Amino acid sequence: MMPEGMTSPDLVGLIERWVVSTLGLSGNWAPVVLLGAAGAVAAIMLTFVAVFAGPVTWVERRVAGRLQSRIGPNRVGPQGILQWLADGIKNLLKEDLIPEAADSLLFRLAPYLVFGGMFGAFVVLPFSAVGIAADLDIGIVYVLAITSIVVVGLIMSGWASNNKWSLLGGMRAAAQIVSYEVPTALALLVPVIISGSLSTQGIIRAQGAWPWEWNIAHSPLAFAAFFLYFVGALAEGNRTPFDIPEAESELVSGYNTEYSGFRFLAFAFAEWANLWIMSAVATTLFLGGWHVPGLEEIVGAMGAKVADTSVLYNLAGLVVFTAKSSLLVLMVIQVRWTLPRLRVDQLMSVSWKYLVPLSFVALVGTAAWMLAVVEVPALDVVARGLTFVAFAFLTVSGFLRARQNRILASEKRDWKWFI
Amino acid sequence: MERIVLRQLDRNQGEMLLNMGPHHPSTHGVINFLLQADGEIIKQAIPEVGYLHRGMEKIAEQTAYHGYMPYTDRVDYLAAIFANHGYALAVERLAGIEVPPRAEYLRVIASELNRIASHLIAVGSMVMDLGAFTPFLLGIREREKLNDFFEELVGSRLTYNYVRIGGVAHDLTPGFAERVLGFLDRFIPFLEEYDRLISYNEIFVGRLANIGVIDAGEATAWGLSGPNIRSSGVSWDLRRDDPYSVYPDLEFDVVVGKGWRGVLGDCYDRYYARIDEMRQSVRILRQAFARIPEGDIVAPKVPRKLKPPAGASCYAAVESARGELGYWVASDGTDRPTRLKIRTGSFTAMEIIKTKSRGLMIADLVALISSLDVVAPEIDR
Repeated sequence: MMPEGMTSPDLVGLIERWVVSTLGLSGNWAPVVLLGAAGAVAAIMLTFVAVFAGPVTWVERRVAGRLQSRIGPNRVGPQGILQWLADGIKNLLKEDLIPEAADSLLFRLAPYLVFGGMFGAFVVLPFSAVGIAADLDIGIVYVLAITSIVVVGLIMSGWASNNKWSLLGGMRAAAQIVSYEVPTALALLVPVIISGSLSTQGIIRAQGAWPWEWNIAHSPLAFAAFFLYFVGALAEGNRTPFDIPEAESELVSGYNTEYSGFRFLAFAFAEWANLWIMSAVATTLFLGGWHVPGLEEIVGAMGAKVADTSVLYNLAGLVVFTAKSSLLVLMVIQVRWTLPRLRVDQLMSVSWKYLVPLSFVALVGTAAWMLAVVEVPALDVVARGLTFVAFAFLTVSGFLRARQNRILASEKRDWKWFI
Repeated sequence: MERIVLRQLDRNQGEMLLNMGPHHPSTHGVINFLLQADGEIIKQAIPEVGYLHRGMEKIAEQTAYHGYMPYTDRVDYLAAIFANHGYALAVERLAGIEVPPRAEYLRVIASELNRIASHLIAVGSMVMDLGAFTPFLLGIREREKLNDFFEELVGSRLTYNYVRIGGVAHDLTPGFAERVLGFLDRFIPFLEEYDRLISYNEIFVGRLANIGVIDAGEATAWGLSGPNIRSSGVSWDLRRDDPYSVYPDLEFDVVVGKGWRGVLGDCYDRYYARIDEMRQSVRILRQAFARIPEGDIVAPKVPRKLKPPAGASCYAAVESARGELGYWVASDGTDRPTRLKIRTGSFTAMEIIKTKSRGLMIADLVALISSLDVVAPEIDR
């Protein structure tokens, strides 16, 4: 529920007011309207998750195919783009097996917790200026809290399956996610300090549209915090090289070994949804969110002002945000198909020996930096310039290295690398 | 077996019995490991073999010498030529058959192509067990080209049945040598790419270095052979130390472990020894193609019914991709052996897992098993 006269509109509030004003309902109807609006937004978000999580499996398999010099799924629909529908239907038609020795109640409950925890994060993920389910004041803390429920679901599924491999997977998942929660949370606090807000929309609004106005370019420490967050998020999402809870060569399939049918699908669904969550959070906090570069300058030159509720503006923001997040998703996918997996103890030492101290340094250093910038304003310009150059250098050198590898392997130029 | 482990379990300490296998992704076939594990830490891992036992040695006693040849393909499905070759060698020595030089060169060519194909699977599956799937499939891609060569030369893509008693089955097809040499020219850059992709990867090295260290003394005492003993620093290669075929005429280095990323004889040494051996195989192949003489591909007078002298027995071994692959054949004067014994590298490598697995984590055990490159049918026969 948003108070009247708020600065940051959200979808639930918009629908609520629209319904009240069109139907002319009295205040007594407010709870019903609120519930209806929330349900409608939940349906929109669920559709988005489904429409993202499905095709991204196809994208991942095609990317993997190209990395491994094979084709990947190309039978269902043009270029196999409907493969996810076929897979989904196949999984839905499977028998929902519950092992006789399993703890039936916990076994059935676990996928809901995993999926619920992931889906809950979509409440505060912004897509455009108004495209957010509810702009909570404590948005970032909420994301961290709600995604922690996933751990409970994972360990529950591992325990309830009554299978030692599942149990090991569940224990690994719990240890890993709890450990990596610390550096991730600390790294997330860096943009919070910079922007002075915990709300996701507030953090986006505090950044500018151009790359040098993003939080990642704020200082070298924020630059480091981005990578700390990204590594931590990879681990929290059980992605390679941190996919030890479902290491297929060690634990068969980990905590979801005994699951089939829709419950198995719920685990897979949550994993893919998490891919979007981690990319969207990184985009929101570090990469400028839905700001459209150059738009404000153009509109300002025409003597107008950008209205938050303008449909075109929101659509443009949606496109920009999706583009940034999708690039990160592609990066995660490529990392997965390149690197081997860490061992359990190595994984823990990465978190506690390197990531946690480094994120503390980033956090405290950013706070000190903010104070220093007040004294020496030139520092800000220099740092933004330098970090932007560093970011550009990393990107360009990445492309150059890929090109060099291509030449060394004497392969043909290939621009279709992403399909 | 299971009862033995169950009796040793210290349940107060939370130890459990884990059955790793027979259907587990990283046991490479149907092998079972009984793990006495305290969470992730393994107290001991007892290999339980025999799931793939087919009675190969007994079959030999009921089959004529020539007729047994196709069975040997199934001893090691990834390196069938070696099994062919070892058997042919044993019977030839038993019956005193001279093999024409062209046939010897053809055997070497087929063997070394097969060694590359087998090592590609070995390093690929090791990498896959550590969680990287892409390098495995890149190796499979190269092996696919080798399979094309085998299809052309032998006729089959998996259970190659090429060597015959007294020679080989088919001569080179026209243009075969050029195509293989062209492949080898592209294969060396591929190995460099493979190194850049995975061999030098920090995570990968960290997973393999200093894990499952087998020193030279242990390797000798447990009877390891092939790449496994060589990577422990023991320079022992049947191609050089017990020469057979035309290997004495060919120039190659015996790859020995260097311990350059950890301790000598760790999993990384066993991994990299195989990469280096592929380079040596390329060298051997180039020489063999340059020197191959014209002539017969099978000895002219090999009797249809081979009857070695009664009471004679003979052991012959070849350097297979998985170590010493030897056949002991005893004859009683009929056209069937009275006894045939197969000695394989995987079986001896399997034994050492029991002692080496103490105190490892489950993820390390997976690395250890795949670094020894055991193949289930070769263990059980």
